[in-house]
Amino acid sequence: MSDQTSRKSRREALRCMAFGGAGTLFALAGGVFTPLDLAVAATDRQRAARAGKPLFVQISDTHIGFNKEANPDVGGTLARSIGLVNAMPEQPALIIHTGDITHLSKPAEFDVAQQMLAGLKTAELHTVPGEHDTTDPTVTEYLNRFGKNSDNRGYYSFDHAGVHFVALVNVLQFKPGGLGTLGPEQLAWVSGDLKGRSASTPIVVFAHMPLWSVYEPWGWGTGDAPQLITQLRRFGSVTVLNGHIHQIVQKVEGNVTFHTARSTAYPQPVAGVGAGPGPLKVPADQLPAMLGVTSVSVVRHPRSLALSDATLA
Amino acid sequence: MSLRRLLSVSAMVTVLFGSAMPNGATAGETPAASTIVMARDFMFAPAALTVHAGSTVTWTNRDDEPHTVVSEAGLFRSAALDTGESFSFKFDRPGTYRYACSIHPRMAGTIVVE
Repeated sequence: MSDQTSRKSRREALRCMAFGGAGTLFALAGGVFTPLDLAVAATDRQRAARAGKPLFVQISDTHIGFNKEANPDVGGTLARSIGLVNAMPEQPALIIHTGDITHLSKPAEFDVAQQMLAGLKTAELHTVPGEHDTTDPTVTEYLNRFGKNSDNRGYYSFDHAGVHFVALVNVLQFKPGGLGTLGPEQLAWVSGDLKGRSASTPIVVFAHMPLWSVYEPWGWGTGDAPQLITQLRRFGSVTVLNGHIHQIVQKVEGNVTFHTARSTAYPQPVAGVGAGPGPLKVPADQLPAMLGVTSVSVVRHPRSLALSDATLA
Repeated sequence: MSLRRLLSVSAMVTVLFGSAMPNGATAGETPAASTIVMARDFMFAPAALTVHAGSTVTWTNRDDEPHTVVSEAGLFRSAALDTGESFSFKFDRPGTYRYACSIHPRMAGTIVVE
């Protein structure tokens, strides 16, 4: 029976993503996440089906060019991440990369990253830059490759399947001693972009650095993010996605869900543990469980978004 | 940074280290050529440095994480320095020059040129 076949392949894929027990699926209903282990989802078809059709996959912090002890093969782990996405039973409509595509903003690093990301079955790729992508003074290397859909501003918005996506840049207006910054110009642009949109429109906002204060002593936050969040509060379903800290941290505030993704390259320490947010060295057999991607699906009833994190383990 | 540039930086530092320390240098002052080492703990060390006009300051990254050296006033800006890479700037005029790492803005330092 063909139905059974597809059911089986879906179950196998879910089981594959859940291998190691680290995968967790979060169903968002009425602004509250309900965690559901992917291993459970794999054996409970009804609950898995409720996760809905995959809308997009978030890839983050690929750091192509990094070659230190924490992961001497970031190309290999990105390839495995891409394989994980390509093996999903239903392909996502688009891919979002939340920055630090490269480690040192070098042209050769961008070239390798672009070639590898082109291996994704899903061709539509949306990016925002990380601070590692913008170390050249004019941000030329990033914008030449990824600036076309934003008139070289870096920030932009688009719609897909009734969801409004807002891509923001918080790594450019660098201030010594400060956190990430959106800046008045970008905040004004967001205001115009959201104006007139129905409060029932699901909103996905993504930027590289966390848009909430995760840990200020390490700069894990965005100084003027509160002015952004204020503009988002009237919407019924808001999902804020970031990278930068190479680990999953999340919180829910009213209808706004904040979620940071794992890196595909190397883990970082938990906030405040150790001297700073550098590459965390772990035994090789533990590394895959600390790397991965986030999958976001549309849930039909109620119409909202569900997040699912998968590791390389 | 190219190997050639690295070599030329090293050569310059070697030469400048050979210059004599000015007479009457007080505590906190340093010879005409100085090196700031980026420690492994995401800090510039020393964070505050006083040099004489005409001195060249060299920053070397000793972290596993890349760092940059970016002047607050826009006077100088390094590329991303990977582990072991260096950046140098010659301070010709007296003044106070604040700088930070644009990748980790919490890492900040000051050069006072007398």
